[in-house]
This record gives sequence, C-alpha cells and structure tokens, in this order.
Amino acid sequence: MDPHMLDGNAVAGLLNEIFGVEMTIAVRTCGNCGASEPLGAVHVFRGAGVVLRCPHCESVLAKLVARRTCACVDMSGFR
Amino acid sequence: MAGAALLGRLTWKPAAVVEVVPETPSVRTIVFDVADWPGHRAGQHVDVRLTADDGYQAERSYSIASAPDGERIELTVERLDEGEVSPYLADELRPGDRIELRGPVGGYFVWEPAVGGPVLLVGGGSGVVPLMAMIRTRADAGSEAEMRLLLSSRSWDDVIYRDELERLAGDGLTVVHTLTRSRPPGWSGYARRVDSEMLAGVGPDAAERPHVFVCGPTPFVEAVAEALVQRGHEPQRIKTERFGPTGG
Repeated sequence: MDPHMLDGNAVAGLLNEIFGVEMTIAVRTCGNCGASEPLGAVHVFRGAGVVLRCPHCESVLAKLVARRTCACVDMSGFR
Repeated sequence: MAGAALLGRLTWKPAAVVEVVPETPSVRTIVFDVADWPGHRAGQHVDVRLTADDGYQAERSYSIASAPDGERIELTVERLDEGEVSPYLADELRPGDRIELRGPVGGYFVWEPAVGGPVLLVGGGSGVVPLMAMIRTRADAGSEAEMRLLLSSRSWDDVIYRDELERLAGDGLTVVHTLTRSRPPGWSGYARRVDSEMLAGVGPDAAERPHVFVCGPTPFVEAVAEALVQRGHEPQRIKTERFGPTGG
C-alpha cells in the first residue's frame, strides 16, 4: 500500500470542474475486473496529473490533467 | 439550496478569515466568512486556492469541520502537514486575511440526519474533522440517530475537539478514545491502535447494519476498513476517506 494514496473524495472539486456535476457518487465499472464503485471510493494518486485506480484490482481507470484553459481526460479504464 | 449547488458551475469565491481557534498544539481551526455560500452537507469538502505574488497557484481539498451555519464555514488544519497549502493555512493565515475557496464538493463521504442511524464513525487524528461535521450536524438537527465515534489520537493533548466532544456525548452519541503513544496518569481507556477487538467493543455489531465512516491517514483507513469487513460489515456500508501519510 502506498501511504500517499488518496481516494476520489480528494478530487471531488477537480471532477466537478471537468464534468460540471458532482461525480463522487457516480458509480462506474472497472474495465479490467468488472467491479463497480462510486468514484469517491476509487484510489487516487497525484503526480503531474491525477490517476484513478480500481480499489479491487488496481488497474488504471482514468487519467486527468486540468489546466486553466483545457482538461485532458482519459477514461479508457472504465467499461 | 442543494439543487443550486449541484447545477451551478463551481466557481472560486473570496473567503475572509474571521477567527483562528487553537485546537491542540499542532492543530487549529480557521473560521471563514464566504459570501453567497450555498450551504453544505456534513462530510463535504472545499477546495482552497492560494495565489503567490508571481501568479503561481496551489490548490488543496479540505473537509469542512462545521455544521451548516449561514455563510460561515470552519476548516481544521494540522500544522505538521507537508505540502504547499497546509503550512500556510496552519501557520500564516490571520483574521482579516482572504483566500479563495470553491465548493462545497463531494457527495460520497456524507451523512445527513435523514439517513439516520446507527452510525459508526472511526477517525484517526485529524481524520475526525469530517466526522465532527456529522456530529455537529446531528446535534444541530436534534437528530436522535444513534452515533458512535471511535477516535484514535497520539495523546490526550492531541485529541481534536476534546472538550466539545465531551459536551456533546450522551443522548445517543457515544465517544470512545484510544491513545496510541502516551496516556495521562490513571488512563483506563484504550491504549493501542484500532483493531478488530476494539471495534467489537465499541460496536454497533455488523448485524445492526450501521452506516460506517472511516477517515484518517491512508494506512489507518486501510487497516480499519479491513478489520470492519472481517467483522462482517458490508463493504458498501463502509465509506472511507484517506488523506495521505500525514494529512498533506
């Protein structure tokens, strides 16, 4: 376990900024293991951007990078 | 109110520091006045943005400590935090200063009186902050939901909101402390990290299907959530919030 790991609660503001609505209660399904969780419960790692990982199989669900004028969003890890 | 907050675009709002309240040697609460604050639910967050003279900006998310109270919100910040934002909030900010906030955000780690009980809150250190918002909201609403708080702190002096918790306990709210590093003379309470046996002692039992909220440093949350699942609590009823190694 990485002690720096956070969860979806920590990026509620970023997700809201990108999607325009509250997203931590939105339930999504992992494309790898098929587990469904609210985004508030997924594992979050912060670096140059934000990486969301499945709390069950740790596969990458999404990568998000937000700047003032644009956001790069890769959600390809969800089913 | 909730509808407006949900549909309105999230915008940065100026927030003025009204008061700074020391909680423990390393933790303080900052009371902000935020114009047009739409209200919040217990457990929700705000994002804080600081802008340096050269335009560099840093953001960080904080749990709101207070129950809804008009345009006032309280954040409780630990001084030992790493990072770009927390040291400034914990050491520099004074009444009259202004920063920027946006929120409230989040809807997952939230309890409302309408949800009812029983509720089990398990906090590690400053992980008590969003749990305190729930306790305060319960008290303000006159809710009779059964609520139990198990709070792990290093020492008696490190217990955040200690006096207020003592005042609020009773009438369906139970507060149990465990002190992991040092104990005052004559301490008869728990004196170790939260474990399965302690969770059994505090209750409620999994059969009562409590709503469970666990907040603290990541290793604390992982250990407590695992112990709760082993005790038969349904994973979907255990909501967790991790804040990294030291709350940074």
